[in-house]
Amino acid sequence: MSEATLDFESDPYVANHPQTRPFWAAAAHGQFLLPRCNSCERVHWYPRPFCPLCKSQSVDWVPASGHGVVYSFSVMRKAEQPYVLAYVQLAEGPAMMTNIVDAEFDSIHVGQPVKVAFRRAETGRSVPVFTPI
Amino acid sequence: MSATGKAYIAGAFEHPTRYASTKSIADLHFECAQGALADAGLTFADVDGYFCAGDVPGASPAWLADYMNLRLRHLDGTEAGGCSYLLHIAHAAEAIAANKCSVALITLSGKPRSLGVATGTAVRQIPPERPDAPWEIAYQPTIVAVNAMFAKRHMYEFGTTREQLAWIKVAASHHAQHNEHALLRNVVTVEDVLNSPVIADPLHRLDCCVITDGGGALVVTRPEIAKSLKRPLVRIAGCGETVKTQTGGYIDLTRTGAAASGAAAFAEAGVKPADVKYASVYDNFTIMVLIQLEDLGFCEHGKGGCFVADGNLISGVGKLPWNTDGGGLCNNHPANRGGMTKAIEAVRQLRGEAHPAVQVRNCDLALASGPGLVMGTGQNHATVILERE
Ligand SMILES: [Zn+2]
Repeated sequence: MSEATLDFESDPYVANHPQTRPFWAAAAHGQFLLPRCNSCERVHWYPRPFCPLCKSQSVDWVPASGHGVVYSFSVMRKAEQPYVLAYVQLAEGPAMMTNIVDAEFDSIHVGQPVKVAFRRAETGRSVPVFTPI
Repeated sequence: MSATGKAYIAGAFEHPTRYASTKSIADLHFECAQGALADAGLTFADVDGYFCAGDVPGASPAWLADYMNLRLRHLDGTEAGGCSYLLHIAHAAEAIAANKCSVALITLSGKPRSLGVATGTAVRQIPPERPDAPWEIAYQPTIVAVNAMFAKRHMYEFGTTREQLAWIKVAASHHAQHNEHALLRNVVTVEDVLNSPVIADPLHRLDCCVITDGGGALVVTRPEIAKSLKRPLVRIAGCGETVKTQTGGYIDLTRTGAAASGAAAFAEAGVKPADVKYASVYDNFTIMVLIQLEDLGFCEHGKGGCFVADGNLISGVGKLPWNTDGGGLCNNHPANRGGMTKAIEAVRQLRGEAHPAVQVRNCDLALASGPGLVMGTGQNHATVILERE
């Protein structure tokens, strides 16, 4: 077992949601998975072991393209270390809350193409963030 | 006749404090309860239903019922964030219609100001077991930044401007100057709002509500009792509540739950937005007011910027007198929960007891509406429509 695997195993945000384990295992290796419904064929976010759109329990993890566009964002200026909170609309359909990283604050705009990257959360798991293409 | 048409708001009380370091949260609940009962002309012995939300110590009606030593036959601890008290009005009306209680007490209080809580700008704590937690907490979502994303998207889709948002704060400040208890009584201009520091782009400090200690309470009762009291009759004409979900990721940041809760309340009351003489609309941030006004049907979707500009929300000046107490932006936002004070000012307006400088003439129909809890792009929402009889 690699060190990265051990890190996410002890993360309370993983431990409390055992069915999301495959997502974090892939994320630890820089792979972005999305939950896709075999019944209505739609991808949803955030991941559940059932489809919130049609309630089917036939949902598989599929590799994401890692591409999306900025749906909306805000530079949290009041923070000690300002950062960018955003919703990115994924190429697969749904939008997700995330951070835009490695970007000039003033260059970020709605509709901007972005691609996925991973960043370690304090508690151990690697979370998907996005960076301008 | 609907269940909600059979109940009245007989008592309303807003605690005058905005800083209460020497009182406990439970004491503030008691003082608010006492104030609303005195306003109605009732006593604690009359109360047989108690409604409260997550702000009560222990997050259950139990502890406050014990503290105040109430004799209850109906209780409801529905926690829906800041709009909980608007839901409670509806639930109290339903309980009264079902003969589960006769005098329903609703209380709110809290002390975020004296406890130094950085409500809007601190990263929201999300317990790890909550289903959305793993997918949001790492990104440091703050309430102000989430609302800022609503604003940014509205600007992108509809060309809404910072100046238009600022008009909402300007209107609140015009009203607050007349409220001796308001935390902020200075009249501000659009320039003042734009010149205040950026908190989360595009929202500035003056786009954000105040943080105050305090609270409020309401007494809801059946028609026979309401008519036996010496207060003007404020009938609960229609109510709506909902949870606007994040729709599995297929989101729309230019709409709120007000579209659903508002439509339900208007349908139940049998009235339309144009009939409303006064509106209390929860103003945790200026953008939230603008979007709710659209969703409630006061203007077209996307046209909120034009609607709120040029003083249209100022009583005696514009078409829709709004938050005439100064709202959460200037007056009071006790426990970081705005639903209670929204209902209280609507009751004042219907009774003709608002400050004379902001009192709406012949105010016989009012609305109180607001969101509760931030869940990314979703939220709880509740609307009540009240009628002067
Ligand atoms: Zn499905």
